[in-house]
Amino acid sequence: MIVDILLWSVTAAQVMLVAAMACYAFRVVRGPRAQDRVLSLDAMYVCAMLLALTVGIRTGSDVYFEAALIIGVLGFVSSVALAKFLMRGEVIE
Amino acid sequence: MSHAADLPVWAALLTAALLLAGATLTLAGAIGTLRFRSFYERVHAPTLGTSWGTGAMALASIVFFSALGSRLVLHELLIAVFVTVTTPVTLMLLARAALYRDRAEGAAGVPAQSELRRPNGNGEASHESGAI
Repeated sequence: MIVDILLWSVTAAQVMLVAAMACYAFRVVRGPRAQDRVLSLDAMYVCAMLLALTVGIRTGSDVYFEAALIIGVLGFVSSVALAKFLMRGEVIE
Repeated sequence: MSHAADLPVWAALLTAALLLAGATLTLAGAIGTLRFRSFYERVHAPTLGTSWGTGAMALASIVFFSALGSRLVLHELLIAVFVTVTTPVTLMLLARAALYRDRAEGAAGVPAQSELRRPNGNGEASHESGAI
C-alpha cells in the first residue's frame, strides 16, 4: 500500500519532469534566438538533476545524489560560459 | 521499490506529496517557457523549477532517506543551496547578454541605455556604454 503510493508518485514525478524536458527541448530546437536556447539548456540541466534525485529515491541508493550534484555544477559552469560567449562573441563580429 | 516497505506512513505520504509538488512546479515553469512571448518574459519561467521545484525535491529526498536510515540525512541541502545560489547568477548574466545583443541590433521594444552613467571604475560599465 505505502510502497504503491510511493511508487506511483515517483513515477508521476518522473513523467512530469520528462514532459518538462520535452518542453525545453522544443524551445532549444525552435527558440527564436540563441539566448532562448541557452536558457532552455540551463533549465534542462536542472530537470536532469531532479530526475537523478527521483531515480535515487526510486532505487534507494546514495550514488544518484552525487550524480545530481555533478550535473548541477556542470550545468552552472556551461551556462555561464555560454552567456559569456553571447556577450563577447557579438563584440568581435 | 522493496527497500521502502518498512517506511513509516507519514514519511511515505510526505515524500510523495513533496515529489509531486516539485515536479508540478517544474512542469509549470516549462510550460511557461513555451507560452511566453518575449525572451524577457521567458527568462522568469524556469525559476519556478529552480527555486521551489528543486527545494521540494531535495526536501522529499531528505525526508525519504532520513526515514529509511532512521537518522538525519542532510546532504541534499547541498544541491538546494547550490542551485539557489547559482541560478540568479546564470540568469542575470544571460539577461544582460540578451539586452546587449538586442541593443546592438537596435531591436524595437528594448529599453534604451539610461542617461545615468555609472562611474567608469569597473569594466562592466564601460562595456555597456559601448553598446549603442
